[in-house]
Amino acid sequence: MAGRQIRVNINGTDHQAIVEPRLSLADFLRHELGLTGTHIGCEHGVCGICNVLIDGRSMRSCLLLAVQVDGRSVETVEGLAEGEKLHPIQEAFMDEQGLQCGFCTPGFIMSLKELLDRNPNPSEDEIKDVLGGSICRCTGYAGILRAVQSAVAKMGGGRPSLLD
Amino acid sequence: MSEKSTEGRPLKWVGTRPVRPDGVEKVTGRARYGADFARPDMLWGHVLRSPHAHARIRRIDVRRALELDGVKAIVTGDDLPEIASEQAFVGEEPTDYRMLSQNVLARGKVGYVGHAVAAVAATTSAVAEEALRLIEVDYEILPHVLDVLSATADDAPLVHDDLCDRKGVKKNPSNIANEIEMGHGDPEAAFTNADVVVDRSFTTQAVHQGYIEPHACLAEAGPDGQVTIWCSSQGQFMVRGYTAKLLGLDLAQVRVVPAEIGGGFGGKTTVYLEPLAVALSQRSGRPVKMVMSREEVFRATGPASATRIRVKIGATKEGQFLAGEAWLDYEAGAFPGSSVAAGSMTIFAPYAFEHARSHGRDILVNKPKSAAYRAPGAPMAAFAVESVVDDLARQLEIDPIDLRLQNAAREGVQSSFGPRYKRIGFVETLQAAQEHPHYDAPLQPNQGRGVAAGMWFNAGLQSSAAVMVNADGSVSVISGNPDIGGSRASLAMMAAEEFGIEYEKVGVRIGDTASVGYNDVTGGSRVTLATGKMVVEASQEVISQLCERAAKVWDVDVKRVHWADGKAKVLDDEAIEPLGLAEIATGAARTGGPIQAIASGSVRGVGMSFGVHLCDVEVDPETGKVDVIRYTAFQDAGRAIHPSYVEGQIQGGAAQGIGWALNEEYVFDDSGRLENSGFLDYRMPVASDLPMIDAVIIEVPNPDHPYGVRGVGEAPIVPPIPAVVNALRAATGVCFSDLPVSPPRVLEALDAVS
Repeated sequence: MAGRQIRVNINGTDHQAIVEPRLSLADFLRHELGLTGTHIGCEHGVCGICNVLIDGRSMRSCLLLAVQVDGRSVETVEGLAEGEKLHPIQEAFMDEQGLQCGFCTPGFIMSLKELLDRNPNPSEDEIKDVLGGSICRCTGYAGILRAVQSAVAKMGGGRPSLLD
Repeated sequence: MSEKSTEGRPLKWVGTRPVRPDGVEKVTGRARYGADFARPDMLWGHVLRSPHAHARIRRIDVRRALELDGVKAIVTGDDLPEIASEQAFVGEEPTDYRMLSQNVLARGKVGYVGHAVAAVAATTSAVAEEALRLIEVDYEILPHVLDVLSATADDAPLVHDDLCDRKGVKKNPSNIANEIEMGHGDPEAAFTNADVVVDRSFTTQAVHQGYIEPHACLAEAGPDGQVTIWCSSQGQFMVRGYTAKLLGLDLAQVRVVPAEIGGGFGGKTTVYLEPLAVALSQRSGRPVKMVMSREEVFRATGPASATRIRVKIGATKEGQFLAGEAWLDYEAGAFPGSSVAAGSMTIFAPYAFEHARSHGRDILVNKPKSAAYRAPGAPMAAFAVESVVDDLARQLEIDPIDLRLQNAAREGVQSSFGPRYKRIGFVETLQAAQEHPHYDAPLQPNQGRGVAAGMWFNAGLQSSAAVMVNADGSVSVISGNPDIGGSRASLAMMAAEEFGIEYEKVGVRIGDTASVGYNDVTGGSRVTLATGKMVVEASQEVISQLCERAAKVWDVDVKRVHWADGKAKVLDDEAIEPLGLAEIATGAARTGGPIQAIASGSVRGVGMSFGVHLCDVEVDPETGKVDVIRYTAFQDAGRAIHPSYVEGQIQGGAAQGIGWALNEEYVFDDSGRLENSGFLDYRMPVASDLPMIDAVIIEVPNPDHPYGVRGVGEAPIVPPIPAVVNALRAATGVCFSDLPVSPPRVLEALDAVS
């Protein structure tokens, strides 16, 4: 199959690659670039754990083709920390037991980053709306809700009343 | 075996909440799961699966597939060794090697839609998938059976006609693979003395464990016969044992490297891909990677059994349970080995019965082979028995917790599955639930409250751990159990406690099969309990070595040296400066070499953990939708080493049980094809479906563990189904006996009464 050339900025670095038109963005990130932090749980756009940010918007990387991100910027979980310094959302997930097995964690973190970048003080409904787009089978979501509350506080927003 | 008590001893780490050791890796995407491994020159493998529920394989023609450019190897059933019938003991569910081999790759016939028929390795994933379409299989379609009623009918088609019992003797042809009976007394006679008898039947559908990480592995077979497997599982030794057996390899030739595991819940206590990946690697001479799609996970890996359960309990009008009898039929799938034995053991376990009996049947149907799912077999049994207990409380007009307290199992009581109970915390757990503000909180119209109890065992089994002191004074612990619920933290905390050092100075790693002694699977809520016990023992052995080394340095009798606060001290001479770990370890070359200890053992003294859950639901009478609006789960953890992980286990188990009650089910069409093989149609709870689940830890120490630990991982999924259904009954006045209580079913029931 003939390859197509794409140029894409991933986590701040420009990449050029020749990709097969049928290659998914998730497979491109994982297999071509070795960015295995983006996990694949269902490959039909439901579980949300492969979420990445495309020009700041969270999208399912399993449902996108690599050729569709030509000329765009992609942010994955690997791009969040600055050296040793974790992003506040990452810190919150770790400190508040927002994870158990950790497989869904990158997807949750990326969709919450989109939310908090746009709105540092989201309402409880807005938070649940975003969280409801991904599946975690381990936690029952209690730790994840605590992590969101902590991340909002860390990032200077108000405190949502999820735990009251 | 160490039985050292911690009574009265001040604890520095046990019971605290330090930061999780796997946190940074998991939030940065650096943790490596099953599908994250790669090797140079690696091939991709895919599996051809049966489109039929039951068919004889007349012929498989792989010639066209082999001719496809990029295809390097194909294996079919003829390529794997024939395996004799033999019971395996390395997994969690009862497994026969012959049946396991046939489930991994069909021989002669297929038993369910999704059954593996052939496997292909090719240079790319896409080529391997294309090759599957070029394999021609000539099937002779056979009649199939899809539920226990049709499978046990007189004229039922046989799923197997060559079944053997556990001793290898051929059985009479039938789809009943196994029958068990247990209990004591004479329930039939005792029912005649009862003032009240409730006798009801229940059905549950197959549900999937729903781990988000699909099965994945990478295998490399060298020309010298050495095999390495990287994979995500609940036991690297289980993968090694099963794969070696199925392929006729020596255990010493196979090394299994555990990946981080993206959820298992019992479903990763067996093998599906690993033997195929090794066989493909042997034939191609190249490493082979295989990753399941979500559809394959649903169609071909273990759901929990669908069940039909009848429960009969007789009681006096004062509320004393006189007798209980239960009949449990569990679907095994296309191969024997459902969780019916555990269901039969747990069904009456929370209560003291003078007369109790359960009859279990393991029944073959043309569906995927069932697999362990968190407290395997117990949630369905609890649904039945706790619904009946709820009925009794209503009929006798006794508070449901009072009724349970009156009959609760406690120390010294004869359990329905055999032994007498040692110290257990069921009574304390019930009392905590009764005293909690949730129990008396007011409810609104269309709302109802349910209560239910449940228990699960803590398996002991075989465990090993290695503990070594490094030159800088840090301590390395190697565990042979994949960390599925926080065992790296709990093992590190117990080691830090033993040594009297900082938690951060202990590094726990999960070793591969060549780096630590044998361990049974991470399952049965056993790792913090059993492997934890080995870590404590090995730590104590290392501490006595440290005292000996210090005695050598000081040239004093070792009897005068003791260990306290992370240092060796001379008991009767405070002038001698104590020696810490780093000081002793740095000088180890002069006192006898590296300091380490290994502890291995068969851990006995099985524990129990009991849970009691309170659930409030609100029913929408227009749509039949049931919302869980408040949920509090109480559980005896013995002693919570790291309470946050214990709470996490309780919340996660409760969420799975709520999903099982409300929505989750395998839906098959008449031809035996699963109709909802994706997350869109197999609806697992998301955040907006659940309230904040409140976890309350009760601590009644387990006398068989040095820190009093009870395994907590599985018990939390046992009470939720009856808690939800009893709440639904309180809200609507309608008895529900069939799962799931999804909106159409609820609406139908509401319409029927109105």
